[in-house]
Amino acid sequence: MIKGISIVSVWVLDQESAKEFYAGKLGFSVTNDLKLDNGMRWLTVRPPGSENQELLLMDPLHSMLDEETGQQVRALVAKGALSPGVMATSDCKGDHSTLAGRGVEFTQEPADRPYGVEAIMRDDSGNWYSFTQHKFLGD
Amino acid sequence: MKPADVSSLRMLRRARDRIDRDYADQIDIPALAAGAGYSREHFIRAFRAAYGETPGRYRTRRRVERACELLRSANLTVTEICHLVGFTSLGTFSARFAEITGMSPTAYRQQAAERGGPAPIPGCFMLMWRTGLPAQNASLPEKPGPAAGP
Repeated sequence: MIKGISIVSVWVLDQESAKEFYAGKLGFSVTNDLKLDNGMRWLTVRPPGSENQELLLMDPLHSMLDEETGQQVRALVAKGALSPGVMATSDCKGDHSTLAGRGVEFTQEPADRPYGVEAIMRDDSGNWYSFTQHKFLGD
Repeated sequence: MKPADVSSLRMLRRARDRIDRDYADQIDIPALAAGAGYSREHFIRAFRAAYGETPGRYRTRRRVERACELLRSANLTVTEICHLVGFTSLGTFSARFAEITGMSPTAYRQQAAERGGPAPIPGCFMLMWRTGLPAQNASLPEKPGPAAGP
């Protein structure tokens, strides 16, 4: 049976800056930071409250993509068109306040929704996430 | 116009994020342009090239989208909502609202009430549709459309 998604790939503009953002600002742990033989840097991070989910922070210019496609992906990331998904939190308002204090950009303040409390966050590259305290998660 | 480079796109995205955040303030386009390091005309052209609409139009859509949410959920008058989302004139608000949603704010509120509970779609997805909002009388799709950014 399929048990979930263990690694989500996230395109970033600069892996060093992304590492600092996810580890330094969001408090993720760095689970792998390896240079592969093909020149790719395998950089994964894990959210503090998760045991089996990781983000793979990928540089489009050093990936399976050709140069032109890589540049297109970078443009999409930079203009803010891409979203890896929803980050689940147990305390949207509290975490928003903490993270905004660390300089994390939010485009929408926490607001009550039928499904919970939601804010919208950007990472340092321009990827956006829904930042949601789901009703069923509580806290 | 050739595609903007990554650093220009980042500046444009920051300007657009500012509209998302500060839609209710009287942020003007020349100030956004200056913040992004562009002249007003160049900014409007570059923004449209990147996002398919002018910054002014995007600001209007953002305000109307916020107004829709308040009309659905908040116990406020249409005039209060008009001012809360950043319009200074009720006439302009109603006209822009009707352009985008195809109905007046009051009619939108009535329809939302008749439809019952909120749509099971995260609010952030609502703005991402190219058209901003479901067309008048259209039933809500069961899944969000492709994301284009909040």
